[in-house]
Amino acid sequence: MTVTLAHYLVLSAILFATSVIGIFLNRKNVIVLLMAIELMLLSVNLNFVAFSHYLGDMAGQVFVFFILTVAAAEAAIGLAILVVLFRKVDTINAEDLDHLKG
Amino acid sequence: MTFDTSTIFSVFFYAFAGLLVISALRVITARNPVHAALFLVLAFFCASGLWMLLKAEFLSLALILVYVGAVMVLFLFVVMMLDLDLEHLRRDFKKYLPVAFLMGAVIVLELSIVLIRSFIGTSSPVQPMLEESTMSNTKALGMLIFVDYVYAFEVAGVILLVAIIAAVALTLRNRKDAKAQNVAEQINVKAADRMRIVKMDTDMAAKQDARGEKQ
Repeated sequence: MTVTLAHYLVLSAILFATSVIGIFLNRKNVIVLLMAIELMLLSVNLNFVAFSHYLGDMAGQVFVFFILTVAAAEAAIGLAILVVLFRKVDTINAEDLDHLKG
Repeated sequence: MTFDTSTIFSVFFYAFAGLLVISALRVITARNPVHAALFLVLAFFCASGLWMLLKAEFLSLALILVYVGAVMVLFLFVVMMLDLDLEHLRRDFKKYLPVAFLMGAVIVLELSIVLIRSFIGTSSPVQPMLEESTMSNTKALGMLIFVDYVYAFEVAGVILLVAIIAAVALTLRNRKDAKAQNVAEQINVKAADRMRIVKMDTDMAAKQDARGEKQ
């Protein structure tokens, strides 16, 4: 009973599908949407690390390092936008955010 | 009773993987966003354990420091600052449950068919990691980042700077009702703005004093 590369990849596929389901279920709650996006990034990173280990190539881990950086920046700006939004319209319901009439 | 390493590895793998999937499911179904954020912390811990099994020690610890230490604390702060109307936000939750799970099952099925057929045979690394044989994971990662990927590393620094400035600029507001010092005005003030020096004769001052005494 050894753990193969396929185990890690299927686990990361399950994690990705979970966050897609989360985006479906919490369409209104912008905070939980942001958390689902963080989960998606985590599953992508898991893929990178698994491939890096099993293919014996360090470059995958460098990629994960940069993805972590960008994800942190994205979370900070996303939450700042959320705070400004809540101050202006007093809601984080994604369906009420229709000021652009798109 | 003896355990070989691969059995211990797979026990740890299944423990972390099961906990990771359960906590991810709780993140998306939790009623309270604070609980969702805390389950996300648990998910990050499990992922960090998995990365440790994959011999990515530096990234595994960086995940805990960056995500649990910084990003999730930020999430918790924001969730607790906002006064949310939870019932309204979860009204259509049940309506989309079947279609969402159908979608998720299709994604998992399709991906696993492809991935299992291609990668089930890869049970051990196909080639040893060149850098790992002579130095630690952290040192090997540092050698790559600061030598081969140094330009990308600088760009990552600039991205973080942009994120800092953007976040501060977005959330900064000048309150009208708050009293604050105007430092520039305080520094630029001259003696003439605050105090007037009046020249007068000494005897004139004496006359004024005398008049004051009479009255």
